[in-house]
Amino acid sequence: MTTRSDQPVIELKQLVKRYGPFTAVDSLDLTIEPGEIYGLLGPNGAGKTTTILMMLGLTEPTSGTAKVCGIDATRNPMLVKRKVGYMPDDVGFYDDRTALDNLIYTAKLNRVPSDEARRRAETLLERVGLGEAARKRVGTFSRGMRQRLGLADVLIKQPQVIILDEPTLGIDPEGVRELLSLIRDLSRNEGLTVLLSSHHLHQVQQICDRVGLFVRGKLIASGDIATLSKQLDNAPTYRVEMRVSPWSPSLEKALGELEQVERIEVVQEGGESAVVTLSGQGDVPSELARIVVEQGAVLHSLTPRSYGLDDIYHRYFEGGEARARLG
Amino acid sequence: MFRRRARAIEEVPAAPLRSSSPFWVIVQKEFGDHIRSWRFVILLGIVMLACIGSIYTAITALKDGVTSAGGGTDTRFLFLSMFTVSDGTLPSFLTFLSFLAPLIGISIGFDSINTERNKGTLSRLLAQPIHRDDLLNAKFVAGLLLIAVVVFSLGFLVMGLGLFTIGYPPSPEEFWRVVIALLITTVYVGLWLNISLFFSVRFKQAATSALSGIALWLFFLVFFGMIANMISNATAPSNPSDADAIISHEHWMMLLDRLSPANLFQEAASTMLLPDVRTLNAFVTQEQAYRAISAPLPLTQSTLLIWPHIVALVAETVVMFAASYVLFMRQEVRSRS
Repeated sequence: MTTRSDQPVIELKQLVKRYGPFTAVDSLDLTIEPGEIYGLLGPNGAGKTTTILMMLGLTEPTSGTAKVCGIDATRNPMLVKRKVGYMPDDVGFYDDRTALDNLIYTAKLNRVPSDEARRRAETLLERVGLGEAARKRVGTFSRGMRQRLGLADVLIKQPQVIILDEPTLGIDPEGVRELLSLIRDLSRNEGLTVLLSSHHLHQVQQICDRVGLFVRGKLIASGDIATLSKQLDNAPTYRVEMRVSPWSPSLEKALGELEQVERIEVVQEGGESAVVTLSGQGDVPSELARIVVEQGAVLHSLTPRSYGLDDIYHRYFEGGEARARLG
Repeated sequence: MFRRRARAIEEVPAAPLRSSSPFWVIVQKEFGDHIRSWRFVILLGIVMLACIGSIYTAITALKDGVTSAGGGTDTRFLFLSMFTVSDGTLPSFLTFLSFLAPLIGISIGFDSINTERNKGTLSRLLAQPIHRDDLLNAKFVAGLLLIAVVVFSLGFLVMGLGLFTIGYPPSPEEFWRVVIALLITTVYVGLWLNISLFFSVRFKQAATSALSGIALWLFFLVFFGMIANMISNATAPSNPSDADAIISHEHWMMLLDRLSPANLFQEAASTMLLPDVRTLNAFVTQEQAYRAISAPLPLTQSTLLIWPHIVALVAETVVMFAASYVLFMRQEVRSRS
């Protein structure tokens, strides 16, 4: 039952889920390769959780197939659940039991013998940094500790794939950083395939090899950050932030005439200098500097900014949602 | 059935190491949870008090009976009367049991599924390689095991204390009668466990589920008899000399009465513990009552008499379980919703 390296770990084909007239997931195609960290990015209610539930066979798709490790999740959920570790969003534990007890219980449900279960649980707790708290009741745990315990809980069955639904929700920034680096280490060192869903793009950007943008049940773009920005029509790829003084309409016009520049935005004006961002298809910082100087203005600074997922996110989600709400 | 067999085949190669199946793992955990919970301790306290109280009242009644009638008390089933007689200050053990049994069932089951859901453990649990029905079955089996342990230990406790105080040993028949009565009690509590399990699947809030269970219990305890009476009065045949009509009416009313699990249990358990009960149908005519022989029934005949009751109790349990099963299998499992 080993997965061949050329076979995709997760393969969704034309997956559809309808709740009455509402389509939660709309003909979704998605392929995830072994060893990859894939980020499913989308606003709340985009259908991320529904998709994940279908991958685990916890919900039946209206049509289409979901294959995990080459196994049809709808027909054979037991085999899939043996290979996949799933951490639901807002993961819950038995509060009156200790962390160790909770993990051992999960291990036993996976038919791990008692002594082996205890050994694995202790190792994993140590690994996620909960070694000290292993014998404390989970009820006393903080949100971040629960989330780390959740990760240990997912790993105790030694899965091939782990699916994390909103793993970073509600944890402080330091906790997020730790959790993400933990996930990254796991994937790199043990060849685990990771699928994580989030509506928090910065975090996804930090660790994911590939990202899928999921809006209203549809995957509108998929790939690494560079491909993603190319895939999205008219998305500018370069951005430069400049600080100039004085900022004048004639300067704006001159800059705008440059064919690579598509958009000029004044971020901050007033006082002696103005901060503007220019975005466009070409990387032309020297040209920009020349124009500024030619127009008799002073260039204080010029910082190239990478075009982040942030902007894509805003363009697509907030714009899209606002449009949907208005329409 | 077929699925279970198929499962067994499929799982053999996947579990080379010998380890207990997930079903028994859940049963173990649930059983442990019940025993550790405060609720169980409180319940046990109440039931224990009831048990001691009923023994006290039974013994006082027996003493009075023996002294006042000058040894005229029927001593054939003296031991059994430990469970049924009362001096009037406190109800007998049997009455206590029929009153408290539903409460035990409800309190064990009312939060079994919805708490898992609210705490977010349900989706984590179902993401493990277990069948969804395993969870429900395991919850039921764990509850029933606990109930069996409680009921039997209470029953034997009363027997033991009785032996101590009255010093009159039970005959084998009496012993088996008590055991069967305790079995019936277990089934009856199991029915209430199932009812509360059903509510716990149906209602998202544990409080709603508990209240629904208690409401149903009160309904059968207080209102069902009233309603049955009302219907009986309204539909009673007008002609008192029409024997056929009266008998048929009587049968229908009996059927209505026996829809209530409380009545079923009451009749079944009292027949078991009172061997003098020869029939559960009311005498319609004077002649029937007059000509009936007053002699205790042997154990087999008593069992035969209440066999339909036991079957009906089990059937009601199965129906409730099927209902919660269907409901649970159709529910979507999402975290905390």
